[in-house]
Amino acid sequence: MLRIFGTPLRTVGAFFVLAASLLSLGETAAAQDKKVLRVVMHSGLRITDPIITTAYIARNHGYMIYDTLFATDENFDIKPQMVKDYSVSDDKLTYTFTLRDGLKFHDGAPVTSADCIASIQRWGKRDGMGQKLMDFTKELTAVDDKTFKLVLKEPYGLVLASLGKPSSNVPFIMPKRMADTPADKNVSEEIGSGPFRFVAAEFQPGLKVVYKKNPDYVPRTEPPSWMVGGKIVKLDRVEWINITDYQTAVNALINGEIDYIEQPPHDFIPVMKKSKDVQLVDYNKLGFSSMLRMNWLYPPFDNVKARQAVMLAVNQQDYLDAQIGNPDYQMLCPAMFVCGTPNETDAGAPKQNLEKARELLKESGYDGKPIVMMQPTDLAIVAPLAPVTAQALRAIGFNVDMQSMDWQTLVGRRAKMDPPAQGGWNIFHTTWVNADMMNPLANVGVNARGKTGGWFGWPEDAQIEKLRDAYARELDPAKQKNIAAEVQKRAYELVTYYPTGQYTSPIAARANVKGILSGPAPVFWNIDKQ
Amino acid sequence: MGRFLAGRVLATIPVMGVVATIVFLLLRLAPGDPAAILAGDAASPEHIAEIRARLGLDQPILVQFAEWIGRLLHGDLGTSIISNQPVTTLIGQRLEPTLALATTTILFAVIVAVPLGVLSAWRHGTWIDRGVMTLSVLGFSIPVFVLGYLWIFAVAMQLQWLPVQGYVSFRQGFWPFLERLILPTLTLSVIYIALIARITRASVLEVLGEDYIRTAHAKGVGERAVLTHHALRNAAVPIVSVIGIGIALLISGVVITESVFNLPGLGRLTVDAVLARDYPVIQGVILLFSAAYILINLAVDVSYTIFDPRICY
Repeated sequence: MLRIFGTPLRTVGAFFVLAASLLSLGETAAAQDKKVLRVVMHSGLRITDPIITTAYIARNHGYMIYDTLFATDENFDIKPQMVKDYSVSDDKLTYTFTLRDGLKFHDGAPVTSADCIASIQRWGKRDGMGQKLMDFTKELTAVDDKTFKLVLKEPYGLVLASLGKPSSNVPFIMPKRMADTPADKNVSEEIGSGPFRFVAAEFQPGLKVVYKKNPDYVPRTEPPSWMVGGKIVKLDRVEWINITDYQTAVNALINGEIDYIEQPPHDFIPVMKKSKDVQLVDYNKLGFSSMLRMNWLYPPFDNVKARQAVMLAVNQQDYLDAQIGNPDYQMLCPAMFVCGTPNETDAGAPKQNLEKARELLKESGYDGKPIVMMQPTDLAIVAPLAPVTAQALRAIGFNVDMQSMDWQTLVGRRAKMDPPAQGGWNIFHTTWVNADMMNPLANVGVNARGKTGGWFGWPEDAQIEKLRDAYARELDPAKQKNIAAEVQKRAYELVTYYPTGQYTSPIAARANVKGILSGPAPVFWNIDKQ
Repeated sequence: MGRFLAGRVLATIPVMGVVATIVFLLLRLAPGDPAAILAGDAASPEHIAEIRARLGLDQPILVQFAEWIGRLLHGDLGTSIISNQPVTTLIGQRLEPTLALATTTILFAVIVAVPLGVLSAWRHGTWIDRGVMTLSVLGFSIPVFVLGYLWIFAVAMQLQWLPVQGYVSFRQGFWPFLERLILPTLTLSVIYIALIARITRASVLEVLGEDYIRTAHAKGVGERAVLTHHALRNAAVPIVSVIGIGIALLISGVVITESVFNLPGLGRLTVDAVLARDYPVIQGVILLFSAAYILINLAVDVSYTIFDPRICY
């Protein structure tokens, strides 16, 4: 028999197993005492400031630790959240807000008007809707510690919609000292007044984020609806663990090592459906959509006929089949401001017509030079879009140079205004959370401010900008809807972008996870682990 | 020996300097913009330009290089552009899993591969030799991720003996630490077992043909003593070299294994930093890797003197 220092190997082995079991016993017992939800989000949290970046993971982090003055409910109504009550003057120029009692930051300091004003001002420097609101704002002043006033230069129809916008950038309220950080610099603390507290000692950027229940949080009494209502925390601890390999994440979920995956790829849905321990929750019915974006600065897409040729050469069904491939989770939707929202319309929507597309391409004077299409190979949800476009464009006579790259290279390159042959580009695709696309101000695809304030691709059109401005000024929702339809019609006519279809992506969770709320972003209040 | 060591340690300084310069220039020439990544998808070009200016990325490359080298000379690897955390903190968080996996893998590989290689050489031309070499070719050929998923499927999903993924520090319990390292170690060590076994076989085989082995046999020395004291010891130099390279490779990150088993090691930190164009982090980890390579090579060179007294510095 093999011996180590005279002791039989079997005895030594038994000793080690016993010692190991005893060592792990204490930890297991401690873990069982608490309700811990282990979560795999769509990405690792690296940038923690939800104002400096529009990244959705930073927004989701924001909803954990910060709170908002207003929020959007499932009927798209804007309701008070940190605000107890508010009033609007008869001339629609002065909004007065009073904060709820008992609002406290995680460092124990009370939330004051000064914190709210500084937070709105910082957000107003970054966010598109925030910038517009600030353009209309004459002054933002504190009345007392719990009351502040927003005075407009002229009536503006999107004051509450801006303060209660549900997606990036969300106007989260921070302590004044944090909100005084320049808007292009990351805040250096993680102190909010939200339902969870950030555990700084356990933060590993890109790997793990830990949140604990905030015992001082005073939830509203109304039932939760989207981002509105009582944020009642039923968990002791939420851990966001970044598992980059979805196969591993799904295996870990089925095995019970994690409790929740925010966005499992659609390919894994059949596997998870087979497990009795896993449930799929279609939490974000508004879903996501993708877009094809062309660069207006250079030929051939500086010519509207070439852009129209592209639009008539493609169709949403092909994109969705390649991208999602599951009819339960995909939807044809011509509405630029999203199907299922108050601004839904099919105004100006195109129908595929290859013959007409070829004619338009000929009329555009396209000279056959290769068009540079960027394809991000590392983003499974975006990667299939470029090959679909390439095939459709080649079918009508375009010469397509599809260049594969990682997403971050694409992100850097799309900001370049250089000609395509000198490091620029002609076409790229991306996806959006639909909560960011619901109106002409939030939807960057219809921003037509060109090189001065426009989004990548830089479409420029005075008429669209005039309509967007009218939308912002309009106070009547019915009239706003009509204006949105006009914006969409014009945007399709000029092809500011082509929406390639709408889809949803369910949360996968263990069957014992209850109370997952629907909404445009995943939230962790109301969730219980039984 | 002391002079040799001092000379080699001093030689690391210019080597690291060259590495630092090349890495810095390559990163600046590569496409991508950390400011655009930091700003997010909906950011306007103006916002990106503001962030670029704040980070100093709009400065001439020479100015950026001088600033970085200046900080480096003060022992400051800088701060991550993306997460705003010191690079040393980020590396510190990832070092333990990497060292743990490297240690278990290399230990397991050596324990299995060296006896296999010696056995194969000793039984040269027999079915044992052919069997070991066949397994060795198989070990080289199976991609790590295939093997990893197979282990997960069989051991974690079907038998439920071990967890699928994750890392737990040994400070939180020995068994939770060990149980999460078993499958990654088994997966990753296969290729090192194949490599070390082949090198051991070839080296021992060469030594077994030497006159002094024949003399030892003629003197009546037992087979085991001939193999371990005479053959293996004299064959050790190339084996130790391969093990040294293996350790350096393991420390510098095994991205696929780390991804498949969700181990938060230096490999994933490097890949994440490259994808995010997080220049200070990439520069920091590459400097660390180059230092590790240099020091491990030095240790291997020094170890030669133990195995072969004819070598002296």
